[in-house]
Amino acid sequence: MPNFIDRRLNPKDKSLGNRRRFLRRAHEELKRVVKERIRAGKIADVDAEQGVPMPARGTDEPTFQPARTSGQRQYILPGNKEFTPGDRIPKPGGGAGGAGSRAGRGQAEDDFQFVLSREEVLDLFFEDLELPDMIKLSLKETVSYKPRRAGFATSGAPTNINVGRTMRNSYGRRIALHRPRRGDIEALAKEIATLEATPPAPGSGQRLEELHGELERLERRRRRIPYVDPVDIRYNRFEPQPLPNANAVMFCLMDVSSSMGEREKDLAKRFFVLLHLFLKRRYDRIDIVFIRHTDEAREVDEDTFFYSTQSGGTVVSTALEEMQRIIEERYPARDWNIYAAQASDGDNIAGDSERCSSLLNGPLMRLCQYYAYVEIIDERETEIFGATDNGTSLWRAYRTVNEAWPNFQMTRIARPADIYPVFRKLFARQPTTQQRK
Amino acid sequence: MTKRPASPLLFSGSDWNFATLSRTYEAIETIALEELQLDVYPNQIEIISSEQMLDAYSSVGMPLMYQHWSFGKRFVFEDHLYRKGLRGLAYELVINSNPCISYLMEENTMAIQALVTAHAAFGHNHFFKNNYLFRQWTDANAILGYMEFAKKYVTKCEERHGTAAVEEILDSAHAIMDQGVFRYRRPPRLSSEKERERARERLEYEEQTYNDLWRTLPSSTDASDEDGASKAERDAAERKKALNLPEENLLYFLEKNSLILEPWQREILRIVRVIAQYFYPQRQTKVMNEGCATFVHYFIMNRLYDQGKINEGTMLEVLQSHSNVVFQPDFDDPRFSGINPYALGFALMQDIERIATEPTAEDRDWFPDLAGSGDWRATLIDAWANHRDESFILQYLSPALIRKFRLFLLSDRAGDNFCEVTSIHNERGYEAVRTALARNYETGANLPDIQVVDVDLLGNRHLRLAHYIKNGVLLEEEKRDATLRHVRRLWGYDVSLAGVDAATGETRYERSTAQLSE
Repeated sequence: MPNFIDRRLNPKDKSLGNRRRFLRRAHEELKRVVKERIRAGKIADVDAEQGVPMPARGTDEPTFQPARTSGQRQYILPGNKEFTPGDRIPKPGGGAGGAGSRAGRGQAEDDFQFVLSREEVLDLFFEDLELPDMIKLSLKETVSYKPRRAGFATSGAPTNINVGRTMRNSYGRRIALHRPRRGDIEALAKEIATLEATPPAPGSGQRLEELHGELERLERRRRRIPYVDPVDIRYNRFEPQPLPNANAVMFCLMDVSSSMGEREKDLAKRFFVLLHLFLKRRYDRIDIVFIRHTDEAREVDEDTFFYSTQSGGTVVSTALEEMQRIIEERYPARDWNIYAAQASDGDNIAGDSERCSSLLNGPLMRLCQYYAYVEIIDERETEIFGATDNGTSLWRAYRTVNEAWPNFQMTRIARPADIYPVFRKLFARQPTTQQRK
Repeated sequence: MTKRPASPLLFSGSDWNFATLSRTYEAIETIALEELQLDVYPNQIEIISSEQMLDAYSSVGMPLMYQHWSFGKRFVFEDHLYRKGLRGLAYELVINSNPCISYLMEENTMAIQALVTAHAAFGHNHFFKNNYLFRQWTDANAILGYMEFAKKYVTKCEERHGTAAVEEILDSAHAIMDQGVFRYRRPPRLSSEKERERARERLEYEEQTYNDLWRTLPSSTDASDEDGASKAERDAAERKKALNLPEENLLYFLEKNSLILEPWQREILRIVRVIAQYFYPQRQTKVMNEGCATFVHYFIMNRLYDQGKINEGTMLEVLQSHSNVVFQPDFDDPRFSGINPYALGFALMQDIERIATEPTAEDRDWFPDLAGSGDWRATLIDAWANHRDESFILQYLSPALIRKFRLFLLSDRAGDNFCEVTSIHNERGYEAVRTALARNYETGANLPDIQVVDVDLLGNRHLRLAHYIKNGVLLEEEKRDATLRHVRRLWGYDVSLAGVDAATGETRYERSTAQLSE
C-alpha cells in the first residue's frame, strides 16, 4: 500500500522567491524596457501589468559548450527515405549541418515575453523619481473596501454565526420532523414510574411494555433528529463595498511648439503619469483631457498630444481659455474634482504672461483643486535658475499666482528626480480632504 | 477498499479519487511484482496541481531546492510555454529517493493516473533501485535529507552573508556544474557525522605519532645528479601528486584547494557538486530509464485489460497517450527534435522481448545467446541493472530495429559545405550505425572534457586547465571566456585553459583570464 499525499493544498508560489531574485538580476534591463513602454504607451497604462521580453543581459548562464562550427560530428537520424551511402546533402546556409532542427531552445528563449505584475511595473517606474516610501506604498495600494452586511450565508467563520436565524431554522426543522419534546418524554417516564410503583394489575404488564416501547421509540427519534443540525446554521454575510469616490478630471496642458524636444516631452509625460497615478488612488473615475497649444490651443487625443509636432509661436493663454471652455461645457465644478497640470519650457509671446496670470487668478484657480506648473529646463540651466525667482516672463507671472493660491504649485525640473517635489504639497493636503468626507 | 464483486473493473469514467487510486495501485503492484518481478523502493505518491508541477520543473525536479534566480528564470520560461499552449506538462515526475516519490497531476484522468502509476511508481522506481549507476553513484536514502540541509544552509548563508554574495558563488558553481562530477572514479560518499569524526581522530593520531626523525633521512640517491630543468619537472610532478592532479572534477578541486574561499563558500560548492553528481546517472540512462518505464506501463496496462480490470474506453485513452509518448518523427519532419528517448527505449525493450520469443534467422546470428531463449524477463531485468545507454545500445540494437527506424548515419565535418551520408540501414551499415548511435549517448564523451592539470601553489598560483579536444570540437568562445571568469572568481587568481587535441597532443588554443577584460 503506497503512501498517498495530497499536496494540492500546499501553499502556492513556492517559486516566488526565485522570481524575485530573477527580477532583481534582470533589473537594469527591465527598467529600460518599462521606461520605453511608458514613453511609448498611454498614461493610464502604466498602472497595469506589462509583458516584457525576456532580458538576456545579466541573466545568461555560461557553461563550457561545444562550438557548433568546429570539428567532426556524426549524427544518427531516423526516417531515411532515399539516401544511400556516399550521398551528400548541402548544409543549410553553412549552419549546423544535418541536424536541421537543433535550433530549439536557444532561440525560443529569446523571443518570449513574460508578464510583470502591476506592482513590479510601478516599482520600476518609481525608481528614479525618488518618491518617499510612504508615498510609493499609498500609490500602489488598490481601492479600499469596507465590509457591509449583506444577508446570510450557509458557510462562514464561526464568529459570524447568526444565532437568531440559526435557532429559527432549527425550530422549524424540529417541528417539521416531529422531534419529540422533552416534556412528552418526561410525561411518559413518569407514567412508567407510577405504573411500576403500583402493584401489578391485570393488563398493566402489557401496558407497561407498550409504554417502554413508546419511550424507546421517542428517544431514538430524538437522538436521530438533532437539536441544532449543520443545515440550520446561518452566518452573517459581509460584502466588500468600495469606499465612495468622486470623479476627477485631469487637464494636461503642454506647449508643443518646436522648442519642446524629445527630452522635454519625456519629462512632461512622466510628470503627467505620476499625477495620474496619484489621482487614480483617490478617485474612481478619472477623465484625462489633453490640450496642446502653440499660438492656438486645441483638445487632442493622447497620441497627438505626445507625438505630433506643430509649428507656430507660443501663446499660453489660449490653452487656459480652452481649458476654461471645456470645464464649462463638460465638467461642472460641483460634480468634478478638477486637476490641471501644465508643462512648458517657459517661452511665451510678449505680453501674454500677464493675461495668463489674470486668467488663473480670475476664474480658473477657483475651479481647480490643484494646479501644477512645471517648467522644463536644460540641466545646465538648473544651476543658474535653480534657486532664483527670476526667469522667463511666464515664470515671473506665475509667481504672483503662486503667492495668492495655496493650491498652485510651480517648479522647474531638469531631471526625473525633480518631479516628485511638485506633488509634495498635494499630499500634504490629503489629510484635510479626507476629514472633509 | 474492497472490490465490488459485481464488476471486476477497477474504475470506470475519467474521475479519480483516492479509493480508485489505491485500488488501482494494488492491481498494478500485483502485476509488477509477480509477473515482471520488479524490485522497487516503497512508493510515496503525491497529487499536485499544475502550478506545483511548474514549480517542480523549475527547481530541476527536486521537491526541495535552494533559491536561485536561474530557477526563477526557468519558471518564467516554462510557465510561458505552458500558458501559450506550446508545451503540455508532464503527467508525472518521479524522484530517485527512498521512498520513491512520484508526483501525479490532479488534472489527469483516472486512466492516465493508472498509466503514470505504472510508469513512474514501478518502471522508474525499479530502474532507480536496480541500475548499477544509481546504486553506486547516488544515495537514494540520503538525498531528501541532504536537500533539506542544502536548502536550509543556503538560506542561512544568505541571511548571514547577504543574498548577493551567495548568489555570486552559486552563479560560478552553476557555470561549471557539468565539470563538477566524478566520471571515472567513485565519488566520496556523503559523509555522515560519524565518518567525519573518524577522519578527525585519524588526523589527531597522526599528529601524536609524528616523529621529527623521519625528516632527517637522506632523500633517495637520484636526487643529486639532476640539472635544474628536470628538477623543476620533478617538482611539478611532486606537487601534482600532492594535489591529486590531473583532476576532472573542477568543483571538487576548487572546493578543496581554492585559497580564497571561506568555509561556507566551500560548503556551497559542495552542495552544487553533490547535486550535479546526483543527476549524472540520469543523464547517462535517459533512453534506458524511459524505455524501462514505458515498457513496464505498456505491459501492465495490457495485462490489466486482459484481466478485465479496465474497460475498452480506458484502454483506448491509455493507448492514445502511449502512442503520443513513443512517437518518433522522421528527420525531415518539422516536429523532429532529435531521437525520442521514449521511442527508442521502448522499441529496444520490445525488441528484446521479440528476439527472445520469436527470433528470425538474422537475430540468431546477431544475438545467439538471447535469440529464442524465451526468457525475456530475465534479460530485461539484467539489462536494466547492468547497462547504461551507451552500452545498452551497443549490446542490444538489432538490425531489425535499425530498419524499423530507418536510421542512417550522417557525417558532418566543419569546413565542408555538405554533410555526407556514411551508412544507412543495410547489411554493411548496421555496425557503424549502432556504434555511432551508442557513442552519441555517451555523456562523458559529449561533455567537454576539461581537467585541472597544474597549479603552482607556492608561486603565482596560476591555475592551469586543459580541454582535451575530441574530434576537433572546440568550445563556444564567448561562453568559454565567461565561464573562465567564473572559475577565476572561485579560484581567486589567474586561470588559463589550454585546448589540447586528445589524439595528437597538439595545443590548439590557449586562453587565460589575464587576457580577458573584466
